[in-house]
Amino acid sequence: MIDTGDTAWVLISTALVMLMTPGLAFFYGGLVGRKNVLGILMQCFTVLCIISVQWVLFGYSLSFAPGKGFWGGLSWAGLHGVGLEPYGDYAATIPHQLFMMFQAMFAIITPALIIGAFTERMKFSAFLVFMVLWATFVYDPICHWVWGIGGWLKNLGALDFAGGTVVHINAGIAALMVALFIGKRNGVNHKAILPHNLPFTLLGTALLWFGWFGFNAGSSLGANGLAVNAFVVTNTAAAAAGLSWAFLDWIFNKKPTVLGTATGAVAGLVAITPAAGFVNTVSAIIIGLLVSVFCYIVVSVVKPKLGYDDALDVFGVHGIGGIWGAIATGLFASKSVNPAGADGLFFGNPKQVLIQLLAVGVTIAYSAVVSCIIYKIVDLIMKVRVTKKDETIGLDLSQHHENAYTILE
Amino acid sequence: MKLIIAIIKPERLEAVRDALYKADVNLMTVTEVLGHGRQMGVTEVYRGAKEMGNLLRKIRLEIAVNEHFVEPTINAIMNGGQTGAIGDGKIFVLDLSDCIRIRTGERGGEAIG
Repeated sequence: MIDTGDTAWVLISTALVMLMTPGLAFFYGGLVGRKNVLGILMQCFTVLCIISVQWVLFGYSLSFAPGKGFWGGLSWAGLHGVGLEPYGDYAATIPHQLFMMFQAMFAIITPALIIGAFTERMKFSAFLVFMVLWATFVYDPICHWVWGIGGWLKNLGALDFAGGTVVHINAGIAALMVALFIGKRNGVNHKAILPHNLPFTLLGTALLWFGWFGFNAGSSLGANGLAVNAFVVTNTAAAAAGLSWAFLDWIFNKKPTVLGTATGAVAGLVAITPAAGFVNTVSAIIIGLLVSVFCYIVVSVVKPKLGYDDALDVFGVHGIGGIWGAIATGLFASKSVNPAGADGLFFGNPKQVLIQLLAVGVTIAYSAVVSCIIYKIVDLIMKVRVTKKDETIGLDLSQHHENAYTILE
Repeated sequence: MKLIIAIIKPERLEAVRDALYKADVNLMTVTEVLGHGRQMGVTEVYRGAKEMGNLLRKIRLEIAVNEHFVEPTINAIMNGGQTGAIGDGKIFVLDLSDCIRIRTGERGGEAIG
């Protein structure tokens, strides 16, 4: 039975999550040099276009069609049999096509997150091929394992409310792999590449935060109490993490920075994502305060020490934040919040942490290996990295023959 | 004393700066400008995006030097800026009648270095 309230809320949530990808584009776009800002915006926008089509043709079927084992198969390809009546196993009160569209927005933003790792140096043509292959062979299977009917991580009892493993750990690990393979940006060793427009970055952060209400509260798939719980903990964790990072900046770099506060808020949103439907508000504050500490250590201590050039810290924020969120779900989950969930370690069920760790480990291993293989194949066929000359000129001019900013009117 | 003005390709700025520092020329003013030469804005494979008709983006360097730094400065700009393609730019060398450091009031060759 279609419920009009549920349907209305998930329709709105779907639109909110769609806005996150352009929001992400501005978050990233502000952080790159001004000769590469269109390159970033174009890549994010193109992922929106390309995965929208991939998803209705076969992505949704591979991820969610009933199947056993690796992925869902092609029985729902081209939305065959995916109609306007509810499909009870996924969402009993909204049209099946609405569930499909809501999931499409997740499938779009996940590959878009990876873009931050290889900014300012990937060829646009190679980018297109990499993204289609990655969405098909990494995102779709993992999505099936965690959320699909017959998905084996789902059957094990792993808790992932809105995509901590599927979206954030997955994208964060892929980002680290691509950053390692594609190599450092030219000149990153001897000079800082300064953000060209931090106001863009804060605007993007705000749009992400706004869209995240759809991402997390929409994942209850209904207009109900659980959605409100997710909404409250999402807002709270983001706020706590933003404050936490600002104070870390203040302590270790003398001043609280705009970039640090924005980064902290995003880390908080990442960490609360798997937990949003399972934890209470006090737990959300703890999850938020701590995620900034873990991410801060990786971004400002581990990364410089190891020397990989994950340009915009996709691994440091989404990978690490996602891992913490998945583990924290196993610590703080409580059946008093969601009877359909499980209790975590602090509520008397230590086994949940082990299940969470298994889901994290499997996601890391699969994403790392298959992302590497895809990268190598694309590199072999068409060379992933732009020439040194094109990199110096910037992606805006060399890949798209446009400038973001004019000098004179 | 000479004032050296160079118009170069934007993507060569980093290489030109590196070459200048190697030649111990550590003072410069850099501005982003628009312009074109004889080809009226036609360049080889990598055309810059044109603005205001056929004007292309260039970088203008201004460097004031004492006599014995003139040739090293010109050489450094040549080394860093030359690609051999149309649009590499030009170097102008002008006589400089005086130079005053505002902070101290020093004048002439003293004030440049």
